[in-house]
Amino acid sequence: MYGALWRVLPGPVWLRVVILLVLVVALVAACFEWVFPWASEYVPMNDNTVEASTS
Amino acid sequence: MSDGRRAPAHARGPSPRASSALHGRPAPRRGAVSTVVGVIGELFITAGVVLGLFVVWQLWWTDVQADRVHQQVLAELEWPEPPVIVEDDAGPAVASEHREDPPVMDEPETGEVFAKLYVPRFGEDYVEPIAQGVDKASILDRLGIGHYPETAMPGDVGNFASAGHRTTYGKPYHQVADLTEGDPLVVRTADTWYVYRVTSHQIVNPSQIEVISPVPGLMPGEEIPELTQRFMTMTACHPMYSAAQRYIVHGELDYWAPVEEGTPAELLDAGIEPSGTAAATTPLQEVS
Repeated sequence: MYGALWRVLPGPVWLRVVILLVLVVALVAACFEWVFPWASEYVPMNDNTVEASTS
Repeated sequence: MSDGRRAPAHARGPSPRASSALHGRPAPRRGAVSTVVGVIGELFITAGVVLGLFVVWQLWWTDVQADRVHQQVLAELEWPEPPVIVEDDAGPAVASEHREDPPVMDEPETGEVFAKLYVPRFGEDYVEPIAQGVDKASILDRLGIGHYPETAMPGDVGNFASAGHRTTYGKPYHQVADLTEGDPLVVRTADTWYVYRVTSHQIVNPSQIEVISPVPGLMPGEEIPELTQRFMTMTACHPMYSAAQRYIVHGELDYWAPVEEGTPAELLDAGIEPSGTAAATTPLQEVS
């Protein structure tokens, strides 16, 4: 999978490394900004209120 | 000169090992099974890295973001500062302890920051905003401590009930379990200080809403007696990094004081000077 990605990328080794770094940074930023806040709704480790049971 | 340049070229010459490694004789053919296993393995590694990143985000980045917002929210309040005695450089005036009925503000709009909490036990720099409502995404994850709607406002008879994160999003109630009986919990609204004192703590299930009853422990549906006591309640998750239970701290109002009179001795004794709040010493940053 990652081997195929590496072969698809154009240019010399340094350019591929730069492209990969940019990709990684963009993916991590997207996770921090959108994916994780959304996912945290489904991770109950942060609930701190008391409320009447909804079940 | 030209000889010198040619020599290395010659040395680099076709070496079978180097050329196959760099310019790829096609990758050795693998069977379909080993390709599939390889991809699955890479997916697992990726999932592991993503989960690790999630933990980093949850435990570190949410704090960074929330702290920034809290600082800004506090700085935007622009409340009057308690007086300082200029003569003899005596420092902040000490507020006297009022025990008659305190002024009580009306319940604000959801999301409005209407109070600040100071807790000497949590450290000199500790000050957190209190906002109306306990919605997780818009209040608790963002603005800090939330006030349970329809519970008492600070100073009023009944139960001023609040919720705060313990491990994430600025973790205003991080050290809630360090509180011991008698510790002051100082709530400030624009014009008034309310000094509560911790009376007890308990660990309950998330559905035990009687902890925020007007009289803590009064079951829902029970008749509410005539209210005379002025309670405060803090709720936070428990154990830390879990949400299986809730850590509850109850307090009761000791006294109140107008801000224009000075600062409560509890804060000054602990080295907390609200006029030079933590917000003022930290450069403010725009929050998008």
